[in-house]
Amino acid sequence: MNRIDARFAELKRLGEAALIPFVTAGDPEIKTTLGILHALKQAGADAIEIGVPFSDPMADGATIQRASERALNSGTSLPHVLKLIREFRRDSEIPVILFGYYNPFFHYGLKRFVRDARAAGVDGILCVDLPPEESGELRRRAENEGLHTIFLLAPTSDAGRIRLVARLGRGFIYYVSVTGVTGARRGLEGQLQAQVARIRRYTSLPIGVGFGISTPEQAARIASFADAAVVGSALIDVMERAGRNGEKVRRARTFAARLKRAMKRVAK
Amino acid sequence: MQPRVPDQHGHFGIYGGRYVSETLMPALIELEKAYRSARRDPAFRREFHHDLSEYAGRETPLYFAERLTKKLGGARIYLKREDLCHTGAHKINNTLGQALLARRMEKRRIIAETGAGQHGVATATVAARFGMECEIFMGKEDVARQSLNVFRMKLLGAKMRVVESGSNTLKDAMNEALRDWVTHVRTSYYLIGSVAGPHPYPMMVRDFQSVIGKEAKRQILAIEGRLPDYLVACVGGGSNSIGLFYPFLRDARVKMVGVEAAGSGLKSGRHAATILGGKVGVLHGSKSYLLQDRDGQVRHTHSIAAGLDYPGVGPELSYLRDQGRIRFASATDREAIAALQELAEVEGIIPALESAHAVAEVMRLAPRLKKGQTIVVNLSGRGDKDMGTVGDYLGVKL
Repeated sequence: MNRIDARFAELKRLGEAALIPFVTAGDPEIKTTLGILHALKQAGADAIEIGVPFSDPMADGATIQRASERALNSGTSLPHVLKLIREFRRDSEIPVILFGYYNPFFHYGLKRFVRDARAAGVDGILCVDLPPEESGELRRRAENEGLHTIFLLAPTSDAGRIRLVARLGRGFIYYVSVTGVTGARRGLEGQLQAQVARIRRYTSLPIGVGFGISTPEQAARIASFADAAVVGSALIDVMERAGRNGEKVRRARTFAARLKRAMKRVAK
Repeated sequence: MQPRVPDQHGHFGIYGGRYVSETLMPALIELEKAYRSARRDPAFRREFHHDLSEYAGRETPLYFAERLTKKLGGARIYLKREDLCHTGAHKINNTLGQALLARRMEKRRIIAETGAGQHGVATATVAARFGMECEIFMGKEDVARQSLNVFRMKLLGAKMRVVESGSNTLKDAMNEALRDWVTHVRTSYYLIGSVAGPHPYPMMVRDFQSVIGKEAKRQILAIEGRLPDYLVACVGGGSNSIGLFYPFLRDARVKMVGVEAAGSGLKSGRHAATILGGKVGVLHGSKSYLLQDRDGQVRHTHSIAAGLDYPGVGPELSYLRDQGRIRFASATDREAIAALQELAEVEGIIPALESAHAVAEVMRLAPRLKKGQTIVVNLSGRGDKDMGTVGDYLGVKL
């Protein structure tokens, strides 16, 4: 069984929602990322999204753009990210989702990419600029290797697109909570709960919500009606404010633990 | 016979498509529907052609460059004078078409990216013409080297958004415009200036720009009584080249040459010759040739012509290159400057630095051809905007 499915099944039994933190691999350098991954796991993360840095992160706001730039400046590329995951896997069974833009994956060669990702211990692939329509080859290859391809839905997605993603998506559906790019925000959209409920009518897949979730209170609200909360920019903001790399790791652990605690409080 | 491209999913063979985040997918599908319906509507076509003639000043002349022809001593050279269009370049053809479409879709705000500033000026112009709000995204480096166009856009009422990320040029402006579009997708129209981007832009911009080739075909047949032997155009994203080439694609005997920016030289690594130096990749919503490093990161590019300084190229051009229909050549910064000077001195026409790349190829090609043969070169824009850059290059203080 894919680790993502197993984790969601277990959480369902517990009546809890998943906390999925996002970090850009290699920000500020790959060794620190390994420390951050372990810290997030210890803090109670249910899965981790690991971002592959890209030179042109069009779907990202200022925070993740900066993280991507720092990672590229430290020389991080896809082979390094896969190696990082392999190391993390030695003593971790937490689901890992590889998050990125299509070109570095495509350039690596999809066949080799999926095989190497599988061997490294990746469980799912989320490609932000690869809508289901263009995903045929990646989906086929991922399916053969037992990897999930995760797709996004947005506030602009109509019923036809929800059906398409419900049919082709695996693992969970990632609902983009705002019409916009990634980045921490003060408030969440008022319609969020209704929009998640609308998607549920079309699918039995778990639904995760991301983009703009910044505080434990917001994560708890998401946990009250969705199956997962993805927190990226807010976590990176917290780490950016820390000076030394060791301090970044500590702050990541503290912040993730607060998020998870708040989410547990609303467990059904 | 070649299949009609793009197919219904926007694919030109293996190229093109829609590689964007989910938030934009519904908008692109809506845009495609609106465009297909407009294209069939005689009233829309009438309006477009009315504005092309009464506002943009079409048709543009096909001018026989007699002295240049004599000097080079080979094929007869014709210049398609897009530099005489309102705003000084071919870009207005596309911005008029898309602004009419935006109005039809009831969008009140237009955003656009620009490199040399020509597309930005052409967008700000039509926004003023149709009473729409307009914001232009431009890289910081381009703002510095195209200050005249920045001032023009401001005079035209556009808000300038200076982009400071990556290489501070066109690709980064496009990233930022896409981010803005994702955020304001329900109310804003993204007016892409080249045959790049996700479907339907490459098809739509090609269609609007193909007025260049349609006119040129009619004109050369009237003057010479037969089709040209060669068509030559510069290629950045590719809108002026596909605009000239497209109506001739089925005329198998007409040879086509796309001229890319070799910057400091193809071997220097400082260039923007995407098809000659790139590999297949995905950027800004479509699959095409792409200048990238061994990890699939997009490379910084260089060209003296800001409008060619872009790591991507339109998917249809990649397709036509693989088909062998278009041959690709390149010209360096130095060759473009020399071509600009030559055309200025011999014909009294100062071309844009972008178009000067095409002229540079003509200067190599014409002497090798017979006297009875003909070349049509797309003079896509005028050089006024480049005087600062050319002065700097030649060490002249303005």
